[in-house]
Amino acid sequence: MTERRIRVLICKPGLDGHDRGAKVVAASLRDAGMEVVYTGLRQTPEMVVETAIQEDVDAVGLSLHSAAHMTIFPRVLKLLRKRKADHILLTGGGIIPDEDRRELEEMGVGRLFGPGATSEEIVQYITAEVGRRRAAARAGA
Amino acid sequence: MAGGGRRSGGDAGRGSGGARPSGRRWSDRLVDKVKRLEADLDAARAPGKPAGPGKAPAGGRARASRGPSGDPLLEARRRWQEGFDAAPPAGPDREKPVTVSLRPMPPLCDPTDLAGKDHLADIGWPGEFPYTRGIHRSGYRSKLWTMRQFAGFGTAKDTNERYKFLLANGQTGLSVAFDLPTLMGYDSDHPSSEGEVGMCGVAISSIEDMDLLFRDIPLDRVSTSMTINGPAAILLALYVAVAEERGIPSEKLRGTLQNDILKEFIAQKEFIFPPKPSMKLVVDTIEFGVRRMPQWNSVSISGYHIREAGSTAAQELAFTIADGFGYVEAAMERGIDVDAFAPRLSFFWNAHLDFFEEIAKYRAARRIWARHMRDRYRAKDPRSWLMRFHTQTAGVSLTAQQPENNIVRTAIEALAGILGGTQSLHTNSMDETLALPSEKAVKIALRTQQVLAHEHGVASVQDPLGGSWLLEKLTDDLEREAEEYFRRIRDQGGVLACVEKGFQQREIARSAYDYQRALERGDRVVVGVNRFVEEGERIEIPLLKIGKEAEREQRRRLKRLRSTRDGAAARGALDAVRRDAKADRNLMPGLVAAVRARATLGEIVEVLKGVYGVHEETPEF
Repeated sequence: MTERRIRVLICKPGLDGHDRGAKVVAASLRDAGMEVVYTGLRQTPEMVVETAIQEDVDAVGLSLHSAAHMTIFPRVLKLLRKRKADHILLTGGGIIPDEDRRELEEMGVGRLFGPGATSEEIVQYITAEVGRRRAAARAGA
Repeated sequence: MAGGGRRSGGDAGRGSGGARPSGRRWSDRLVDKVKRLEADLDAARAPGKPAGPGKAPAGGRARASRGPSGDPLLEARRRWQEGFDAAPPAGPDREKPVTVSLRPMPPLCDPTDLAGKDHLADIGWPGEFPYTRGIHRSGYRSKLWTMRQFAGFGTAKDTNERYKFLLANGQTGLSVAFDLPTLMGYDSDHPSSEGEVGMCGVAISSIEDMDLLFRDIPLDRVSTSMTINGPAAILLALYVAVAEERGIPSEKLRGTLQNDILKEFIAQKEFIFPPKPSMKLVVDTIEFGVRRMPQWNSVSISGYHIREAGSTAAQELAFTIADGFGYVEAAMERGIDVDAFAPRLSFFWNAHLDFFEEIAKYRAARRIWARHMRDRYRAKDPRSWLMRFHTQTAGVSLTAQQPENNIVRTAIEALAGILGGTQSLHTNSMDETLALPSEKAVKIALRTQQVLAHEHGVASVQDPLGGSWLLEKLTDDLEREAEEYFRRIRDQGGVLACVEKGFQQREIARSAYDYQRALERGDRVVVGVNRFVEEGERIEIPLLKIGKEAEREQRRRLKRLRSTRDGAAARGALDAVRRDAKADRNLMPGLVAAVRARATLGEIVEVLKGVYGVHEETPEF
């Protein structure tokens, strides 16, 4: 059985424009064989969730350096749940202190990658986590 | 010796420092001797070319460096190279070392690297064209660089307290960091501002916020730098208006407006309006500066953000100076005399990890700017040729892991800036990959500059690495690479056309990706990240936490402002701004009037968006 390629949405929500990380991660995931949709800058949580559903992605990666992560991650998560799309993995990275990271992970956000994370770690994590979710969906169906 | 080898004070004004035949002074004789030696070397290295005057071997062909050349220098070089090549490298990063720009570094430089160099025309003296060695004859003798820590968070009141703390600790200039809503032209109570107010900088929505930001700070005696671009004209108007309300005329204000919108399109992406009206706003501020603010730097042409976005040193150099040319051309097109505004343009460079490449970059930058300003834009005032610049150590070089190590990185980057002759300097704090800096961290960063300034003797000698074969070679290489980019930009229709097409953006994204791959291959070592890792490290340094109180406080302040101001006056002033924009008049006088009428930043930006539209970037990676 050939499974469909993993599709990932990479977004820069909020007002910040520092897109180096988002672009490098997008290119790394593409080179690892995933299908990558990059939204560009200044996406609202509503836009992020709308695009994620329309593009039928397996995972959403948010890049945040502006300290707005405690506002934006919970809102995207809530909207995904509201739209019954919480099978989609919500992950991301940026400047996110450990304490906030733990709090967000407890809420149900996936792993968050900080400075120094390698593309290999990110690829491995998304591959494993999407695989697990797909298996769970098959088992549940 | 004083005076013997010196040239007269007015010399810089007369242009080229080429050796003159008259007055055969020791320096001229020395230069001639060096030139002769180099011509010989050049000939020896290039078979087939005629050798230098008076030294051509009878056979007409000099020997290349391989085999016995008869030249002891080349022989020595060859002997050394054999020994070097025989030594096994200690690791992958030692085999062919590359800089953080992935530039291969030569394992050794020697006089053959500078063959044919015209020392006076290319290197010269500090304070003389082409200023490779510095813009002042006196270097740091009369004045050290300005120690200017970029700071801002929370409300104007919070930041005002940080400024007073920094000034009390010996900082010599202020530098305002605005929050993202302010940078994007939104008031703190706009829905898009939610969660971002005061987080990355200070929230400024009105003249009342600006006044509070500078409470108890004498605006006629301090110099202030403001990092703002999209709405820069409005923030400048706010600063001028606060000063006016305190009885200080704009002529007395000293400082710098970043106001470099081109690099926003290229790298930092905090743009609001499309490129053309954005450029118009920049030229408005330049023109206002010429008329009303003789001590103010109207644009700080910034490579910093280009580099942070992942460019190489050569791209930082080239794209930034190309942006500078863009502003010069735009202001000249409006009919402003180049010598009226060029002396008030300043630059802002990154100080990244690779010590020598960075110092060479500053030297090349000064030389390129001087040459183009004099020869291409025909500026006559030597002040127009001078590249004055601020430097900030590289934020991207800091690691979240073992954050104390960042103090060391920052100190060495700062040293590169100093040896490169910077006019002002910001040193990053060790905790900045985690949060805005704590008071303790920012104090160590400031103390780093003070230690460098006063303990290590590094500010005593001007351009101390000038004449180093490596440094001169790197300076030449970087200049050449920048000129190649200028040519490519010109061929594609100029800087604005390239920005609109995303040329620089793509070049930078590619360099960022190449670097990430080099890092992951182990070609570059990052201590604490891919080598010398401490497993299970827990980062325990106190971080500055910014809560949501700033947002609530700002909402309260704005509500009060909107209910207590003269609404008709504010609306009238906004209408006047709209009319000015539609009629393509200089917006600055109307903006000063509008902010004094208590119109807010967000209200003014909305008016301008109505006239100019907004810019949206095509996403690509």
